[in-house]
Amino acid sequence: MERDIRVRKIKDGTVIDHITAGQALNVLKIIGITREFPKTTVTVAINVPSRKAGLKDIVKVEGKELRSEEVDKIALIAPKATINIIRDYRVVEKKKVSIPPKLEGVLKCANPNCITHFEPVKTKFIVERKEPIKLRCHYCERVMSEAEIVRQF
Amino acid sequence: MEFEGRDIISIRDFSLEEIEHILESAARMEARMGERLDLLQGRILACLFFEPSTRTRLSFETAMKRLGGEVIGFSKAGAASVAKGENLTDTVKTVANYADVIVVRHPREGAARLAAEASDVPVINAGDGSNQHPTQTLLDLYTIKKEKGRLDVCAAIVGDLKYGRTVHSLAHALAMFGASLILVSPSGLEMPPEVLLDLKELGAEVTAHNSLEDAVREAEVLYVTRIQKERFPDPEEYEKVKGAYKITLDTLALAREDLIVMHPLPRVDEISPEVDFTGHARYFQQVRNGIPVRMALLALVLGVE
Repeated sequence: MERDIRVRKIKDGTVIDHITAGQALNVLKIIGITREFPKTTVTVAINVPSRKAGLKDIVKVEGKELRSEEVDKIALIAPKATINIIRDYRVVEKKKVSIPPKLEGVLKCANPNCITHFEPVKTKFIVERKEPIKLRCHYCERVMSEAEIVRQF
Repeated sequence: MEFEGRDIISIRDFSLEEIEHILESAARMEARMGERLDLLQGRILACLFFEPSTRTRLSFETAMKRLGGEVIGFSKAGAASVAKGENLTDTVKTVANYADVIVVRHPREGAARLAAEASDVPVINAGDGSNQHPTQTLLDLYTIKKEKGRLDVCAAIVGDLKYGRTVHSLAHALAMFGASLILVSPSGLEMPPEVLLDLKELGAEVTAHNSLEDAVREAEVLYVTRIQKERFPDPEEYEKVKGAYKITLDTLALAREDLIVMHPLPRVDEISPEVDFTGHARYFQQVRNGIPVRMALLALVLGVE
C-alpha cells in the first residue's frame, strides 16, 4: 500500500512541518489564513504519521513568508515545528521555532484587570514552561494557559 | 546582600535568605522602637494610594516618621492628577523627582511593577489589585517567626482562598520555608489551581479541607481571612458559609494549646470578639508588627540598614 503523502510541491511560500498534532488550524489562525485571506493555495495535513512524534500536522502556504512574530506565536503551540521558506521550488531557509525566555508585545494578558490593558506599555510574559506552554505575566503575575493563549489567535 | 535601591513588588522576587534578612532587620527595628531614630532624617516617602486604605497607609507613614523621615502623598485617586487623565507612569515619574522612595497601592494588578519600571527611586508595593501585597506577607511571616520561633509550621489558611491576595503570597512564602499547609475554604472559593501547582513545585505538603474543625485540631497557626459577601450571587448561601467558617470559643475548644490565630484585618465577623481575650489571638500583635517590618524595608531600600 502506498503510505507516502502526495502533496504537490509549492513554488514560493512556506512549509511549516512538525506541528504538534491537532494544532494545524490554530497555526492557520496565527498566520492569518482566514476565509478573507487573498486567494492562495493552502494545504493542511492533520495527524500525519511521523517517526519522531507519532503524529504531526503540516501546513503549506503558497506565496507567503512568515514574519518573526508569527514564528514566535507558532512556537507557543507547536514548539517542535520547523519553518521552511521555499523560493522557486527550493528550500532556501530552514529553521526550527524556538520559544524565547521572555515574550514581549506578542500577546495580550488574559487578566482583564491587568495594568497592561490601561497604560501605554508593551506586554511582557515570562516563559515558565515550554511544553505544555506556561506563561506568567511580568506585570500582574497571572499564569496564562495554552487554551487562553490560543483564544487570542 | 544588596537591598539599596531595590523595589519591593512581589514575594516571588525574593530568595529564602533575603526574606530571612528582612525579618532579622525587622527584629532589630522592633528592639529600637522606643528610641528616637533618625536613620531616614531628611528623606521623603511618597505614599501614592490610588484606592482607599487605612491600615497600610498609616503603617507606612508611621514607619517613615519613626525613622525620622517625612511623608507626602495622596490617599484617593480622585484627588490626584489621575482625575485629570494622567496615566500611572507619568504620575510616578513626576513623584520620583520629589521623593526618595515611593509606596504605591493601586486597584489594577501589575500596577506596582509598572510603577517600579517608571521610577528612578525604589518602589514598594502596598497592594496591586488582587495580585500581591508583599509587605503584608512579610509582616505575617515576621509574626509567625516571632511567635513560633520558626516558619516550617503547620498553618491552616481559612476563608476566601480564591480572590484573597494575601493568602496566595503567604502560602507561597510559607511553602518556601517548608511549612505544611491546610487549606480551608467554602466551595467555589478554593485556592486557584495555578497557585496549588506553584505550592507543589515548591515541595509543600498541602491538604484541603472543607471542615474547619479538622484543620483547627492540627494547626499551629490559624490564618483567617474575610469571605466577601459580593462573591456570592445568593445572599442565603453567603449567610450559610459565613456561619460555617466563623472562629468562636467553641471552634477553638478543639485547638492545640499553642495555636495562634492571625487575621490581616479588617475583620467583619469571621472571628468572634470573645476570641480576642483568649491566649490564641495574635491579630492585633500582627498589625503592630507591620511597623518594624516596614521600617526595616524603608531602611533597607534606602541603604541605611
